[in-house]
Amino acid sequence: MHGLSTFEPKNGVVKWLEARLPILSFGYDSFVAYPTPKNLNYWWTFGAILSFMLIAQIVTGVVLTMHYTPEATMAFSSVEKIMRDVNWGWLMRYAHANGASMFFLAVYIHMFRGLYYGSYKNPREVLWILGVIIFLLMMATGFMGYVLPWGQMSFWGATVITNLFSAIPLVGDQVTVWLWGGYSVDNPTLNRFFALHYLLPFAIAAVVGLHVWALHVTGQNNPDGVDVQDIKKDCVPFTPHATMKDGLGVTVFLLLYCWFIFFTPNYLGDADNYIPANPMKTPPHIVPEWYFLPFYAILRSIPDKLMGVIAMFGAIAVLAFLPWLDTSKVRSAKYRPLYKKLFWGFVLVGIGLGYCGAMPAAEPYVTASRILSVLYFGFFAVLPILPKFERTLPVPATIAEAVLAKSESVKTAAAK
Amino acid sequence: MSTATTSTEETSRRDFLYISTGAVAAVGAVSVVWPLISQMSPDASTLALASTEVDLTSIPVGQIVTVKWRGKPVFIRRRTPEEIKAAQDVDVSSLRDPQADSTRVQKPEWLIVVGICTHLGCIPLGKQGDYDGWFCPCHGSVYDTSGRIRKGPAPRNLDVPPYAFLTDTKVKIG
Amino acid sequence: MTFAKTLTKVIGAATLLAGVVALSNLTARAEEEQPNPTRQQWTFAGAFGKYDKAQLQRGFKIYKEVCSNCHELHIPIRTLAQPGGPELSVDEVKALAASYTVKDGPNSSGEMFDRPGRPSDYFPAPFANPEAAAAALGSAPPDMSLLAKARKYERGFPAFVFDALPVPGGMYQELGPDYIYAILHGYEKDEDPNWNAYFPGHKIAMAKPLTDGQVDYTDGTPATLDQYAKDVASFLYWAAEPTLEDRKSLGVKVMIFLLVLSCLMYFTKRTIWSDVAH
Repeated sequence: MHGLSTFEPKNGVVKWLEARLPILSFGYDSFVAYPTPKNLNYWWTFGAILSFMLIAQIVTGVVLTMHYTPEATMAFSSVEKIMRDVNWGWLMRYAHANGASMFFLAVYIHMFRGLYYGSYKNPREVLWILGVIIFLLMMATGFMGYVLPWGQMSFWGATVITNLFSAIPLVGDQVTVWLWGGYSVDNPTLNRFFALHYLLPFAIAAVVGLHVWALHVTGQNNPDGVDVQDIKKDCVPFTPHATMKDGLGVTVFLLLYCWFIFFTPNYLGDADNYIPANPMKTPPHIVPEWYFLPFYAILRSIPDKLMGVIAMFGAIAVLAFLPWLDTSKVRSAKYRPLYKKLFWGFVLVGIGLGYCGAMPAAEPYVTASRILSVLYFGFFAVLPILPKFERTLPVPATIAEAVLAKSESVKTAAAK
Repeated sequence: MSTATTSTEETSRRDFLYISTGAVAAVGAVSVVWPLISQMSPDASTLALASTEVDLTSIPVGQIVTVKWRGKPVFIRRRTPEEIKAAQDVDVSSLRDPQADSTRVQKPEWLIVVGICTHLGCIPLGKQGDYDGWFCPCHGSVYDTSGRIRKGPAPRNLDVPPYAFLTDTKVKIG
Repeated sequence: MTFAKTLTKVIGAATLLAGVVALSNLTARAEEEQPNPTRQQWTFAGAFGKYDKAQLQRGFKIYKEVCSNCHELHIPIRTLAQPGGPELSVDEVKALAASYTVKDGPNSSGEMFDRPGRPSDYFPAPFANPEAAAAALGSAPPDMSLLAKARKYERGFPAFVFDALPVPGGMYQELGPDYIYAILHGYEKDEDPNWNAYFPGHKIAMAKPLTDGQVDYTDGTPATLDQYAKDVASFLYWAAEPTLEDRKSLGVKVMIFLLVLSCLMYFTKRTIWSDVAH
């Protein structure tokens, strides 16, 4: 997608800088003149929404760090001090805690969009894998951030998740002790989680940089899944067209985000986390935050410790192999009737797993999550053989043609 | 002709829309900045920090006691008659920061000042220097027995904190 | 195509099965356990909610005369005077603070000493530490400062979805106060003061703490258990969420602002895209 730069410095200072560090032409080519397929829908604004959320989390997070104390006896009360005494502290904390949920909500939509429109396929495999890495880093960051308030759910969530590593054969127990820095989750664990929780968002930002770089090499996929043939006919410049659309997407998303911050700030959290951590008393019902629930359900569905852990991590790792599991030449589910059904089935399976993960580890949820776990992996198992049975619909030759067909069908509908 | 008018109207309507969208977005962005700045100023618990009460009975004449108030040292000096006289006998107009001793104390016997050099914040040493007041070891500022700057780089006299005598032997600082 | 149909059917049937299995013995579970608290009317509920100051003051009186004998309330005394709370006057708070004895020190001779409380102090705890409380009472009573946010009950599907939404009967965020209110009403067996209908397992360590007429009200409000339960639950919600009024009033402004900005953005976007077929 990279043609010759159309950036022409007029100002002397800009020319001087251009000759030494061509950052302005780089910015211009990447975010102003950059050709964007004209048929993108609003599901494509989630990239911008995610960038916004990453910045919002880093800004509110840095602010919270100025008031938070990462020490086992003081962490809980320092968070309470933020909520009660620090100027705007309640806003910063509620924005950060709900921001994590919004970040995950947006990333799930972003991933399902990629899944639906085949955005992981040749030539965007590396782009997709970088996305899976970002998702993993986000999960690690979200988990460690949840530990910091040092409430009951923080403590017992940390205990349960770190105990996953004890499933590793031979060295599992040593690894767990190493992770804890002791013989249980305690002050050393809190301290290192705090350090890593501060570090990882910057690692995420770096991988996001690579993700955007890879995106700008291959260009964006689009709802019809056809390659750009003629930039003049198929594309519009990123600014103002995509910028404005992204801006609208971010603003509407902010409405949802602010609704949670201001009116239902504790809805997505767990009441038990307002009880200080007590290493002598496990809460009756341990649940992770909602965004981990589907994976938690897969973990619990298998009665063997090691296999459960493998299945859980496997459920994420399998995403990275998607570009090679799906062998269909057609990208978009718009032209793949069978894949489209399978996709929506997969969405339902994900929601079902999430629901089971929130429920106690008892019947009927155990059986339900076993069935759903099999279906989860079944989706990936069926993909390679699917093209043998699927009769795909005719794909438009170009984006311009797809757009024309769409506007004509609108006209016909209006005429009727 | 009419098309031209319409297109001008169209253009100005567009410009108005763009400008108002930009302006509203800018107002939003600026309002978000305020909480981010304000969060760094002292919080409610710091603002509510209690005053310090000091019992004076245990301080002998000629002694300086340092107490902590809002995280800062405060010097309470029970001055000898000679020190009081030295502080009062100065020609106020000759001072860098002209203040009569009477405006700096409530009772001549008790001098209460914030123990922070007005130059760059070090803690001066008591009963040292040419005027037997305080001497700051960092950059050599010299204060007299009223805590006034007499020599060296400091621009102002030592600050007098707000205080009140609750009884003859009890003082409340802050 | 046959494969396709079979596949669709298998997925559909399995998903349905999982759903049915999941929902089937919800009713069975509900019978074994304690009933859910009923939803009460609170002045601080909803997008425009505000605390009733007189109610918070009455609730504080109950805390002071009854709860504080066993429960700690770890909040600063000064907060009683801050806006959006019981809003006692600064002088009242000073007098109240001075009525408590607070341990301070060490003094210049290295000893801890007692002094009258100041507004910046926290409410003193009735016991030196949780172990002392447990030794005296059998088990340590929880700190009350966050109690109203630390308690809830299961809402189940689909109620929990509407609890977040601005629909009639939705926006339900007051599960904690409702739970506290229900617990105070749950002592239904006269022969067993530790039996509570709403407490999980029904055996509660706290014996019936409040009865009609126990606390005197000076403002003409009926001195009934029902009124006490409402007042103390409101007070505890304030203690847990003292910035609620600021939050909700700012929230309304933010939502209006974002709605206006969204409309402007929409029209700007439409204008910009008006000459592009897409």
